This record gives sequence, C-alpha cells and structure tokens, in this order.
Amino acid sequence: MNKIEKLFKKLKAQNKKALIPYIMAGDPSLEKTKEIALMFEECGADIVELGVPFTDPLADGPTIQRAAERALKNGVSLRKVISFVKDLRQKTKIPLVLMTYYNPVFKYGEGEFIVDAKDAGVDGVIIPDLPPDEAGGFIKLSKKAGLAAIFLLAPTSTEDRIKKVASASTGFIYYVSITGITGAQLLLDGSIEKSINGIRRITDKPIAVGFGVSTPDEAASIAGIADGVIVGSAIVKKAQTGVDEELRDFLFKLREAIK
Amino acid sequence: MKKDYFGPYGGRFVPETLMPALIELEQAYLKYRKDKDFQKELAHLQKTYIGRPTSLYFAKRFTEHLGGAKVYLKREDLAHTGAHKINNALGQALLAKRIGKKRIIAETGAGQHGVATATGAALIGLECEIYMGSVDMKRQALNVFRMRLLGARVIEVAVGSQTLKDAINESLRDWTTNVRTTHYVLGTVFGPHPFPSMVRDFQSIIGKEAKKQILQAEGRLPDYLVACVGGGSNAMGLFHEFLGDDIKMVGVEAGGKGIETGEHAARFAGGSVGVFQGCKTYLLQDDDGNVLGTHSVSAGLDYASIGPQHPYLRDSGRVQYTYATDDEALAAFELLSKTEGIIPALESAHALAEAVKLAPKLSKDKIIIINLSGRGDKDVQHVANIKGIKL
Repeated sequence: MNKIEKLFKKLKAQNKKALIPYIMAGDPSLEKTKEIALMFEECGADIVELGVPFTDPLADGPTIQRAAERALKNGVSLRKVISFVKDLRQKTKIPLVLMTYYNPVFKYGEGEFIVDAKDAGVDGVIIPDLPPDEAGGFIKLSKKAGLAAIFLLAPTSTEDRIKKVASASTGFIYYVSITGITGAQLLLDGSIEKSINGIRRITDKPIAVGFGVSTPDEAASIAGIADGVIVGSAIVKKAQTGVDEELRDFLFKLREAIK
Repeated sequence: MKKDYFGPYGGRFVPETLMPALIELEQAYLKYRKDKDFQKELAHLQKTYIGRPTSLYFAKRFTEHLGGAKVYLKREDLAHTGAHKINNALGQALLAKRIGKKRIIAETGAGQHGVATATGAALIGLECEIYMGSVDMKRQALNVFRMRLLGARVIEVAVGSQTLKDAINESLRDWTTNVRTTHYVLGTVFGPHPFPSMVRDFQSIIGKEAKKQILQAEGRLPDYLVACVGGGSNAMGLFHEFLGDDIKMVGVEAGGKGIETGEHAARFAGGSVGVFQGCKTYLLQDDDGNVLGTHSVSAGLDYASIGPQHPYLRDSGRVQYTYATDDEALAAFELLSKTEGIIPALESAHALAEAVKLAPKLSKDKIIIINLSGRGDKDVQHVANIKGIKL
C-alpha cells in the first residue's frame, strides 16, 4: 500500500480528515519553500502538495500563475523540484505530492520521471491536464513504481467519467470543487456534498477537495463532507515572503478547522 | 490509429472539467456533419452571407514578374470579414446554437478570428467575448475596434507573452469556468479533439472549391499548393481535399528574424514534440518543457505550436514545410500589392514569399495555387510603422 493510502486509512480509523496545503516550489525561493513545507508539517499538515512551475498553467487562476512566473524566473524546473524533494526528504517523512502540468513530464520522459520522482521521495503526482483517457502509460508505470497517480473529478463529470477516474486514481481522488480554475470563489450551496455522495456510491477511495477553499470556515465545511481538504491559492498569497506569523497562524487555523 | 489522433499526434489533454464538454461537442459534430438541415443552413449562409465560392484568380502580372510557374490565388481575402476564419467561426456558431449554448468565446491573434467569431455571434444572436493579448491588441488595433462594433467584448490578456498562446490559455480558463453555458470557438486546427478535425472540416470548403475551379480553368490539377501555417487552419482547409492526389504541398511557417536568432515561430525548424493546450504536437520549448516565446511580424503566425495533423503529414512526407522570414514576407506583401492591386494579410504574405522562391525554379507550364488566406487592410498601419512612416 502506498504511503498516501496508508495515511487515509489511518485517518479514517481515527475519524479525522486530511489537511493538504499547497505551495509553489521556488516561490519566493527553493530555500524558503523548504522552510514553508517544514512549517506545514509542524502545524499538523498530513500531506504537502508541491507545485511545479510551468509557463502555461491553464487550470490555474492568477495567484498561482504569478507564483509560477516568479518560480520560473528563479530558474526552477521539474528537474530542480525533484532534487529539492530529495533534499527535503532528509528533514521530513511527510507524504509529498507533486502538482505539475503534463508537458514538463513528457519532455522529461514519463518513465524516467516516475523513477526519479519516486527515488527522490515523491509519493504521488497530480497532473491536471492529463485525464486517465490519455494516461495509459503513466498509470502503468506509476503503479509499478508505487507512486500514486491522483486524477481529478469535477462538478461536470458524468457517471461514466466518475467510474473511469475512480478506477484509475490511486492515493486519493482530487475533487475540483467548482467549475473553474484554482483560487476562484467557492460556492457552498450543498452541490459539493451532492457530488461527493454521488462519487461515494461508485468508489470507496478517499476524496480530497480543492480549488477555491480559502478560509478556515470553508475548510471546516468541506472537511465535513470529504476525506481531505486542499488549500492552495490562499496559502500562496500569504507565502510570498516565506514563513511568517500570519502564514503560521493561517495554517494553525486551518488545522483546527479540519477535523 | 486512435480516432482522436493523427498517428502519434493529437489527443485530448485537458482538465477533467472540460472532458464532458468535449465528448458532447464531438457527438454534436458527428451528428451535424451528417445532418441535412444543418448542412443546408450552413451552405446557404456560405453562399449568401460569406460570399462563397471565393474566386480562384490567375495572378498574371505576379506570374510574369516571377517568370516561371503560373500562380493562382485562392481568394479567401474576399470572404466576408476578409479572411478564411469566417468559414470555421460561422460553422461553430451554428453548432453552438444547436447544442443550446447562449454564449461563445474565442481567442484571437491577428484579430481575424475574433472578428469572424464576433460576426457569427451577431448573425446568430449569441453573446460573445474575445480574448486577445495586449501585444496583439496594439499591433491589430483596427480589428479590436471592429470586434467592438460587432457587439463583442474584447478582453485584454496581459499575462505571459501577451500574444495568441496566452489568449488561448485565458479562453480555456473561461471555458472551464462557464462550460455549461458557453461554447469555445477555437479558431484553428488545434487543441483537444474534436477541434483539429472539426475546424479542418469547416475549412475544407476552400480546397473543394479550388479543385473544381482549377479543373475548370486549366483542365487539370495544380502541381503545387502553398499556404502559410500558424495553427494551420487555412493550410488544412486547402490541402485536405487534395491529400489523395499526386501533387506537392508546402506549408510555410513564420521564420521571424531568422531561425538562428531564436526569434521566430518555425515549430518544425526549431521545435520538438510536446503536449500543449490540449494536444500532442510540435512545440517550441526549452529542455524543461516550458514554452518558449515566439516572434513574427504577423500576429496570426506568432504562435509556439501547430495543429496536430501537420506533423503527421510532415512525418509521412505528404506535405513539405518551410519558413519565410519577416523581411521576405514584407517584400512579398509589397510585391503582390504592386503587381496585382491586392494587399494581402501579412500571414498570407508568408505563402506568397515561398511562391517568390518557388515559381522561378519551375517551368511555365507548371501551376501553383496559393491560399490568399486574408486581406491586408488590418496590417497597413503596422507595415507603415515598420517602414518608419507616420500615417
């Protein structure tokens, strides 16, 4: 069993929910990203999601777009993020998930990437522009390596799609809470709960919800219906200068909210 | 070959949110492609509104000047709104209405596709928003105003390179957000399946007409077809009908300031295979898979990637690809204006520049058809600026 699957199993037994904070690797610098990731763990995060910068992040809103631009300006690439993880692994055992677009992986070489990422200590990969329909090779290779291939579901997903994504996804299923891009306004009108219940009728894999979760109150609502909560843009906005009291306080509040 | 692929190229690399919409679009496209009422409505508008068939014109003085093969121009510049883009935009706008969408969006580089989409929206009665990079809005100011006159909202894209690729990113983000009410009228044979095939089919009327017209004029097929290639829709539109015939075809990319300078948009000369904005195809990228900036004097060719059917045709040797530099295109722009009284779009001027090289090498009994994909009114101000002339 993958480290992420084990984690969700343990949390379920304790009736707890996962806090999954996101940070863009290399914004404002890889050194600061390391401090931020370690601070996440200190504040009780269960999984750390590391963004890999890309020139054309079409699933991301302005906050993460700009963070990617800053990280690229700092010379950060997929290759550098992998060696960064290797370095970070000396300090922590927390499950790490990369969120990257597909072209950097394709250019790196799918097989080589999976082996290198796993060796460095990456536990799972999220690729928003790689639906399972195009991921035959990726699914096979990541399974062999024991790396979780985390696929996404959205409010627009039909039952056919839910079946396909649920069977392909390992580690957890990433449910996109809104029809939109990262950092957009969340709508808590009961529709997320309805969708998640629909997914649960088809699969018993853990479901983490992200896109648009920006306050501890929202995180608390989502934690009531999902197995994990992913917070991205709201953290990226506060993390531009590295770890400070405001960021630490925000993480504590998120942790308190997600039970 | 997988149905949504051209050999190893193509596919559907998009976020999950869009997958159901693309599947729905594919089904609608397959249905209406064979639907008699839809085809009748489209054919009627092509004739009475776009002004099809566009003429196939023998460019006698241009031919004499070059002193070789006979050059014919397929006059897409005479289509309503001044470029081939209307063929696709109108087709997709009709399709959007049939599948119950109230709003259409589009990206635009040179502004021609934006104008065409705004026109289709006005004709059919749909809400319309157009994404355009800041750099392109400056160099194609005339088209920005045209779109506004047509009732569209033009949204400036000030991120990234502020050109066509960023306008496509923003369009995809908008579509992801508003997919339930909105259809994305992608302007070229690019992006996730079914766009590359669907746009090609809407554009293939160019080649169908040209074939009939050249048989009428010359009693035989041409020896060469030449078209410029940005995303590649005017080229696919001309080539598609002739793919089974024994004739040569040339696609002309934007060579910008020269391949060696790195400031160009010649994906085959300077790129490699990648996955970008929904499909696997050739791409100008660095070793880390990040997309490189491009340059071309023509906004419509200033793009880092190319429709997936093009590398497929290139691999099989069916179509040859070359490039023309900014300077060559500008010279051809002026040459056609002076010898024929036709001011071509700077995009089309790249195809003309290839004819300038090719025709003199061929004997006088050979025939070249060039796709004159658009007219150059939109470029007049820009060319004057380049020449240091204040209007």
